[in-house]
Amino acid sequence: MKFETPHSVDDAVAILRADPEARVLAGGTDLLVRLRAGHISPSAVVDIKRIPGMRDISQEDGGWRIGAGVSCAEMGEHAGLKAAYPGVVEGAELIGSTQVQGRCTMAGNLCNAGPAGDSVPAMVAAQATARVAGPNGTRDVAVFDIPTAPGQTSLAEGEFITSIFLPAPPAHSSDAYLRFIPRTEMDIAVVGCAVNLTLDAAGTVTSASMSLGAVGPKVKQVDASALVGTICDDAAVEALAAAATAAATPIDDKRGTIAFRKDVSGVLAKRAARIAYIRAKGASS
Amino acid sequence: MAKDEFEKREFKVVGTRVARPDGLDKVTGRARYGADMSAPGMLVGYCLRSPHAHARIKSIDTSEAEAMAGVKAVITRADFTNVPASDGTRDILDNVMANDKALYDGHTVAAVAATSRSAAKAALKAIKVDYEVLPHVTDVDAAMLPGAPELHQGRQQESVPEGFSQNVLARSQYGHGDVDAGFAQADVIIERSFKTAATHQGYIEPHACLATMGNDNQGDLFCCTQGHYMVRNTCADILGMESGRLRVTASEIGGGFGGKTTVFLEPVALMLSKKSGKPVKMTMSRDEVMRASGPTASTSIDIKIGTTRDGVITAATGEFRYQSGCFYAMNGALGAMCGFAPYDLENLKSVGWEVTTNRPKAAAYRAPGAPMAAFAVESVVDEVAKEIGMDPIDFRLKNAADEGTKSAYGPTYPAIGLRATLEAAKAHPHWSAPLGKNQGRGVGCGFWFNFGGDTCVSLMLNPDGTVSLSEGNPDIGGSRASMSMMAAEELGVPYENVRTIVADTASLGQNEVTDGSRVTFAVGLATIKAARHAIEIMKARAAATWGIDAEAVEWVDGAAQPAGPNAGKFPPLTVKEIAATMSNTGGPIAGHFEANAEGAGVSFGTHICDTEVDPETGAVKILRYTVFQDAGKAVHPDYVEGQLQGGAVQGIGWALNEEYIYGEDGTLQNAGYLDYRIPVASDLPMIEPVILEIPNPGHPYGVRGVGETGIVPPLATIANAVSRAAGVRMTSLPMSPPKVLAAIKAN
Ligand SMILES: Cc1cc2nc3c(=O)[nH]c(=O)nc-3n(C[C@H](O)[C@H](O)[C@H](O)COP(=O)(O)OP(=O)(O)OC[C@H]3O[C@@H](n4cnc5c(N)ncnc54)[C@H](O)[C@@H]3O)c2cc1C
Repeated sequence: MKFETPHSVDDAVAILRADPEARVLAGGTDLLVRLRAGHISPSAVVDIKRIPGMRDISQEDGGWRIGAGVSCAEMGEHAGLKAAYPGVVEGAELIGSTQVQGRCTMAGNLCNAGPAGDSVPAMVAAQATARVAGPNGTRDVAVFDIPTAPGQTSLAEGEFITSIFLPAPPAHSSDAYLRFIPRTEMDIAVVGCAVNLTLDAAGTVTSASMSLGAVGPKVKQVDASALVGTICDDAAVEALAAAATAAATPIDDKRGTIAFRKDVSGVLAKRAARIAYIRAKGASS
Repeated sequence: MAKDEFEKREFKVVGTRVARPDGLDKVTGRARYGADMSAPGMLVGYCLRSPHAHARIKSIDTSEAEAMAGVKAVITRADFTNVPASDGTRDILDNVMANDKALYDGHTVAAVAATSRSAAKAALKAIKVDYEVLPHVTDVDAAMLPGAPELHQGRQQESVPEGFSQNVLARSQYGHGDVDAGFAQADVIIERSFKTAATHQGYIEPHACLATMGNDNQGDLFCCTQGHYMVRNTCADILGMESGRLRVTASEIGGGFGGKTTVFLEPVALMLSKKSGKPVKMTMSRDEVMRASGPTASTSIDIKIGTTRDGVITAATGEFRYQSGCFYAMNGALGAMCGFAPYDLENLKSVGWEVTTNRPKAAAYRAPGAPMAAFAVESVVDEVAKEIGMDPIDFRLKNAADEGTKSAYGPTYPAIGLRATLEAAKAHPHWSAPLGKNQGRGVGCGFWFNFGGDTCVSLMLNPDGTVSLSEGNPDIGGSRASMSMMAAEELGVPYENVRTIVADTASLGQNEVTDGSRVTFAVGLATIKAARHAIEIMKARAAATWGIDAEAVEWVDGAAQPAGPNAGKFPPLTVKEIAATMSNTGGPIAGHFEANAEGAGVSFGTHICDTEVDPETGAVKILRYTVFQDAGKAVHPDYVEGQLQGGAVQGIGWALNEEYIYGEDGTLQNAGYLDYRIPVASDLPMIEPVILEIPNPGHPYGVRGVGETGIVPPLATIANAVSRAAGVRMTSLPMSPPKVLAAIKAN
């Protein structure tokens, strides 16, 4: 097995294109675990963190570009990013433990394509895009369209994600992410739910998006229009909860039953909506 | 041994919190655990394990594997030609290397020793096993029914009545009085059925060993175990060698909790070494530990308790059905003995059942069999108290066993500490602290027998006056510190002057396993007696030096001195002075003591727990937890507190989220710590330990074992708290969020 450390995007693409068995290494918190467990035996591991720009968080068109090598802990220490997208950052910061946080990345979480990835729902609710580099140049893809099924992505041979872009947040907007786990940390989401809201100056919701994790083969976008035109009152959040419960298509497994996951989808939708609303109002005052 | 060993005294060392002797090695990584030993020319060994829950092994073809590069030995059951002497050891052999059938997912069917891990793993893939898959059963109630898939034939004991499958191996009954007459006197009768899932001890260190067997049939084994004498005796029996030809050295141990009281890898490693002629190291992966070591029994229990309106229990019955995996284990019987042990009952019938299923054979897990029984009994006790409107502690006090009570399992109790723990719980601020919305408080009691057993200690005086102490029990709870403390106390020397080591099997006589909470009691007793033996020798040396009778010398504060004015006037001779001249006064000085220690002294505990239940998700939060337990005498209070806290924490895991989950195909679905959910630090409040000291008459310092009782009350205590917080009685463990939410919604 080879270990490659390309210093440019083009070099990385060339290596990946030449060797379909090569795997990208970001934080390695999924890749190395699978390697050691004997689930995968790639011909090469391509560490992308030495490519310039991969470790940067930068402002762009009022939004935020996050390099594919930025660790979730670094996101948690970035005041500007946290203020703009507290929900995205809290999702990223729920991954693993302090030790895992120091390595893991959002792009890795996305490309691992686990249905329960904690950073994904808030990115999707924020309409984030991924910048994908490949043999045919660069393209921007909605984060929602990267995972296609458990463990599978829409990335073509030779392609990898170089950064994630969070668009400029509108005034009076904010987001929140909650997950349910049976313990308090070091666990895999039984349900994850992100809500992203924009209000008008008076506090009425003008646009809302919601996405759910761990209740289907990939992250789900759920209609959150029940909140639009409301002040996130009890009736509105109950309607949102009903939409979440209806949209969830979980399976029965060792981590939870169908009935439980559908119920909890609704509960988290309510709770996340309330948090996002308070944040958006706070941001507007 | 007499039960009147205890003598009141002022302690100087015992009861203090001295530095632990193994601390530095452990925090610096210098401590040698099971996998940390290597030998020149060493091979690595790996097991091939059954992917089926139940299958006949029609044939195993190892020829391709044997021919592979780097492969030095491949073994199957055919290599174990010796038939072990005892039934128990034959079961162990069948467990470590399947005979004609694979009995559970993960059962070893062959093993390989090779020069590298990759060579060994490739060889495992090349072994061809022809299985005939058989119907399987993993649930205890299903396994008992006539017509259930059966694991063994002809192993049912005579105690089992007609009408059950061959999986029901034994039935045992305890109790006294007339339960029908007792229930007739009751004003309130509550009857409930309970289920508990199998759990794992969750020790951090996986099983590991290094085995060396020569052509001269002499062997050495270094391994992680709770009892290296047990390992020696068992392996020698399996391999058909004299036990004196096998020397076993215990490694430092990263947790055991009862799970390391038997063997898994050791006979396999010895056989691989024998066949290859090389040292062989084996280490289990976590997946192997979960699938193929010894978890607890899962259970199905019925309890019925009748009481008068003013709170006197008139009768109680219990049926304790325990599945203990694929071989006989005495777990249901222990449940039937322990469940009602805290109570003074006039009429009791308590029945234990031992049932085999297609699961790994259960091993001990701290107080084996007792926590599940306590869960069921204490849940009904709680409900009965609630029904008659009595405070649950008052109800327990009213029915509590005392000195002179005929116990549930037969004997009459000597002085015991149950009432003291209940009274301490009632008086503690925790019991009367206010509760908030969705919060509930539970209380529960627990009992464990404790044990003594075969024990040897040698205490050597070094020429500079320091002391070396050898014990034969792996230190899983701080016993090296405690032994050094008790030796220092008795000799009258500083703690720092005594170093205790765990000697190998060739260095001391037979020692029982570190189990049954026996070590601080039994090895402690032997340490004190070995020290007294050494003191007698030192007194005799002083007497000879002074030219007076040995009887005229007494031992005070670490020195020999003339006993009273008539004995003569000589300045005291200290340990150091006696040691310095011992070569000339008769030679080296050592004390030793060997006995089958009796008088262990039963142990009781009472726990209180506050929980908060999220009514929308069923998530349970442990808000506050207090443990009250009788330690007899806490030799090193830090370690005792650690045992009480550890028992509570393991109980919290068992009560809330830990469970062996089997699929339709009988394979284990969660063989790892992602989906087998042990509590993490952030799940837990600080557990407050309250140590009570009611001296055990059977120990010179009053010590009782404390290692196991702490896991007995938590399942019940937490279930009582959750049931009160959720407003619905929880009768199935674990109380995982989906189960709690379903119960709330069904209510
Ligand atoms: C102890 C522990 C706890 C964990 N807890 C959680 C948790 O709570 N929630 C959660 O969601 N996850 C959890 N995980 C999983 C993991 O940490 C996350 O999925 C993490 O975000 C992966 O990021 P990484 O940078 O380490 O990815 P890597 O392991 O480097 O890569 C993951 C996969 O994505 C591919 N990849 C990585 N970067 C790119 C890229 N830029 N372009 C294309 N492909 C790429 C890799 O080839 C690999 O297949 C946990 C893992 C561990 C070990």
